Formats: sequence, structure tokens, C-alpha cells
Amino acid sequence: MDLYELTLHELQEKLHNKQASSEEIVKAVFSRIKDVETKIQAFITLDEEGALDKARKYDVQDHFSSLTGIPYGLKDIICSQGMKTTCASKILENFVPFYDATVASRLKEAGGVLVGKLNMDEFAMGSSTEQSAFFPTRNPWDLDRVPGGSSGGSAAAVAACEIPFALGTDTGGSIRQPASFCGVVGLKPTYGRVSRYGVVAYASSLDQVGVFSRDIRDCALVLNIIAGKDPLDSTCVDIEKPDYTEFLKDDIKGLKIAFPREYFQEGIAQGIKDTVKKALLKYEELGAIVEEVSLPHSEYALPAYYLVAPAEASANLARFDGVRYGRRDFEAENVIQMFSSTRAAGFGDEVKMRIMLGTYALSSGYYDAYYLKALKVRRLIKNDFDKVFEDFDLIVSPTTPTTAFKLGEQTGDPLTLYMNDILTVPINMAGLPGMSIPCGFVDALPVGMQLIGKPFDEGTLIRAAYAFEQNTDYHTAKPDPGVM
Amino acid sequence: MTLSIQEVQHVALLARLNLGEEEKEKYAEQLGSILQYADKLNELDTEGVEPLDHILPIFNVFREDKVIPGPDREEILANAPLVEEGQYRVPKII
Repeated sequence: MDLYELTLHELQEKLHNKQASSEEIVKAVFSRIKDVETKIQAFITLDEEGALDKARKYDVQDHFSSLTGIPYGLKDIICSQGMKTTCASKILENFVPFYDATVASRLKEAGGVLVGKLNMDEFAMGSSTEQSAFFPTRNPWDLDRVPGGSSGGSAAAVAACEIPFALGTDTGGSIRQPASFCGVVGLKPTYGRVSRYGVVAYASSLDQVGVFSRDIRDCALVLNIIAGKDPLDSTCVDIEKPDYTEFLKDDIKGLKIAFPREYFQEGIAQGIKDTVKKALLKYEELGAIVEEVSLPHSEYALPAYYLVAPAEASANLARFDGVRYGRRDFEAENVIQMFSSTRAAGFGDEVKMRIMLGTYALSSGYYDAYYLKALKVRRLIKNDFDKVFEDFDLIVSPTTPTTAFKLGEQTGDPLTLYMNDILTVPINMAGLPGMSIPCGFVDALPVGMQLIGKPFDEGTLIRAAYAFEQNTDYHTAKPDPGVM
Repeated sequence: MTLSIQEVQHVALLARLNLGEEEKEKYAEQLGSILQYADKLNELDTEGVEPLDHILPIFNVFREDKVIPGPDREEILANAPLVEEGQYRVPKII
């Protein structure tokens, strides 16, 4: 197998046994990127020189940290010191942060080699990466299809073996949905598990940083590095952090798994339901107890989310005003005009739409009817989950209603696009950890199974995901995007 | 449901977004259809339900009031579109 095809833990082994140098690994990764990137277009920024310099530096050093010499990528919403961070938006086209996000500095301190910054829907608003202001990314399994979104670049790059792992962010499904579409592992940790410092905010009560990888062991290894209290993010909780690799045990006997009937209803493609049901049978075979439950407020999560998230976004995105960073309209005569024309030219359609929606929902006379109502419904959604978790360890469902759709297929009506998030949004509303893992194929396209856990119980997700992985071979299937 | 152009204009002003005529019409329609979808929430009786604005049971997080080095002023200003004498320069306000 070529070096670029190896997982993070396989690369660690190669490095430790001196079977490969970091320079060789980074070169292999960039050679792979050159071969496939013109088709996939996962990266907004690449830094070959910087990555090679770093790799050579690590090669002559004796000391090993957990990631020493291993390449990775970051979604372009995560601030990287000295490297452009655009949020795939024209308004931040030339923004170069002078500091690292906490997750970026933790990977750096662990010895990781940053390869580049990954494409996304502008400001993480979208489910296809078609809302990037620069270019769409393509699904390695079928180049006519989207990789999902908003972290589509991260998912596609990991699936196409351009990098062994990447970070993304998930506000309503933006890690799990693209992981599902691209057939890789995607973990959104519990809200508060991972620092958001230096991650450009979309909806602050929902956003969370997480991991894309090609297997569960890698996911656990990266979570070990990025999770844990950060004095720079007061919502990042000071709570015991286990060693997640200790959950990599092929034993789920007696694990109580619930599957919510509302997540297997009309509107979810039959092939997907069948595939996930088959996976549930696998879990039973492995000794888990699997039962149907109800999350009665499920259908209200999406409309509530599309008030809460845009409301928070309208406040968060107020900072892009052409004063301190980003582009500015220099023609404007007064400051209000300058704000308004800068923002009109800098933001794309979907971003403007969500800012407008959120501003409306928070505006005088509508606050109670929309925003406050949505927060009350959010409580009911969380109560549903709390109740199920009194009796179960884990909830399992499909990640998405369909497999990857074609580019241009869902660009007209925003509501159609929002339906993609119907199975992932409730998890963010309740702040729970969620993971998507490959569990089969429908018409040669990957299907994702979503595992949902109790707050701060990422360990059980990893345990259940690992057991499934060890007893199936879906994670070994690789797309062939073809070499130019 | 469609919003009126006046409502769209008002929201655009609050949001500091210059919109063209075509955009206003588009948003009037799109916002209307999303708000109509949001009306689904009214099927639920939420009388007496405590709003959930934050998922964590944390309120204030305190730290020691200690002086630590901050970022370099020049580095911060390097991203600004227009700087004068170490400060951001903006068009006339008053």
C-alpha cells in the first residue's frame, strides 16, 4: 500500500519503526493531492513548502509526540496562524489570522504537519459545499455528486486519501452528513467537549469542532488531542477526559441500543433504512440489546433549528463590517453605507438569507413568536433524549435521508436543502455527541449510520463504532476518483 | 406567505445589508416560506416550558485577574483595510 493510503495509526507505526520518514509521508500526500485534487477540489489553501520544512525538522528530532510528522488538514473556518482562513467567503478572502485556534495549536503542539485549509459552504451554511464562494468540492465516489456540507472539503480529502485525517465543524450536521456522503468516520463531540476558541462562530450554542478519519482508532487518537478544557473558551467544560483509545474494545455485550421510529419514517430513502436496519441486526448478533423507541418532538427540531441558528448567526456575523479585517467598500460616503455595501458585496446569497432570517426572528415584535418559541421547543427536544437515555446507552439512526445528491440538484429552494439536516439537527439542539460511520452502500454510494450518545459519553460511541468496524469491512472500501 | 418589500427593507437595514430590488423580492418570498414552515412550531403547546438557550449548566466562569501578554498591535492591524496612526480608519460617522 502507498503511504498516502495509510491511516494515522499506521503512519505512526511506520515512523516509529523508521520504515518511513515524515518527509516521505508528506511528499506522498502531496503527490496524491497533485494526482486527484484537480477533480476533487477539496483544498482552498495548500502549503507544500511549509509542510515539507516541518516534516524535515521532525525527521532529525528524537522526541516523538502523538502526531509527530503526520499530515492533516483543517476546515477553513479554523484559524491558523500565518495561513489564510477564509470561511470560503469573499468577505474574508485575504484574512490571515495572527493566532491559532486552540484545536489548531493542540494539533501543532502534538507534532502534526498542517497540509492546508479545506473547502466548505460559506460560513458553514449549507449541506453540499456548493455554497463556497470559490468553487464546489466533488464527491470522490462520484464526481458528479456533492460531498455534503458544510465540511465537504474535509470529508472529501479524507475519503480520497489526500490526508489521513481532518478537522471540521458541526452546527446542524456539518461533520456527520459529509462523512456519511463520503463514506468516512465523522465525530461531532458533545457541546463543550472541544474548545471553539479561534473557530469562526456560526451559531455559538450549537457549533462544535470534530474529527474526520478513515477508521475509529484514528478518531479516538485525534479526539484525545483536541478534547479538554480551554481557559480561552468558557463554554469548554472542565470535566474528566478519558483516554479514548481505551474504548477500542471489540465487546458490546449487553449494550442497550435504541432506534427511534421517527428516524425511520417516510422521507428517508428505503435503501438507507434497510442498510441501517441490517447494521442493527449486526449489533444484536454482537450481543447488544436493540429496541425501538420514540422521540416524539423530532419533526419540530428542524423548524426550531432554522430559527435558533440563523438568529445566533445574525449576531455573530455582525463583526464582518469592513473595519478590522476582510474586504471593505471604499466608495461609501458614510459608515452605515460602508457597513451595508461591504456586507452586501462580501456575503453570498445563502449567508445573506440566514442573516435576514435571524435578524427578523430577533426583531422587535417577532422575538417571542419565533426565537423564544424555538427555544421552548428546544427544551422539549432535549427532554425526549433525556428520557430515552434513562434506559439506553446509545441511539442509532441513519445519518442522512438520502445518499449524496448531484451537483446543482438542490440549489433552488432553501427548504429542500435544509431537509438534509433532518436527522442530524436534533443532536445539536440537545448538545449531544454524534458520530457517522460507514455502514454499507446503496447504488455504489456510501451510507452512514449515526450513533448518538449521552452528554460527554463519546467513549460509548467509540466503543460501539469500533465493534461494528471490527466485524464489518465497509471502512476498507475506497473510492477511485481516477488519476489525471 | 410572503413578506412585504417594506418588511424586507426594514430587516435589511437592521442587518446592515444593501439589497438590490431583485434580491428584496427573492428574500420576501424565501423568508416567507421559511417562516411559514416555522409556524409548525405553533402546533405545540409550550405554555410553562422553560426556554433552553444553552445546553450546559454553566453560568459564569471566573479566572484570576492576572496580566498576561496580549497580541501585538501591528499584527492585529495588519488585517485591517485602512489604518492610520496605529488605529482603524473608517468613513465619517457624524
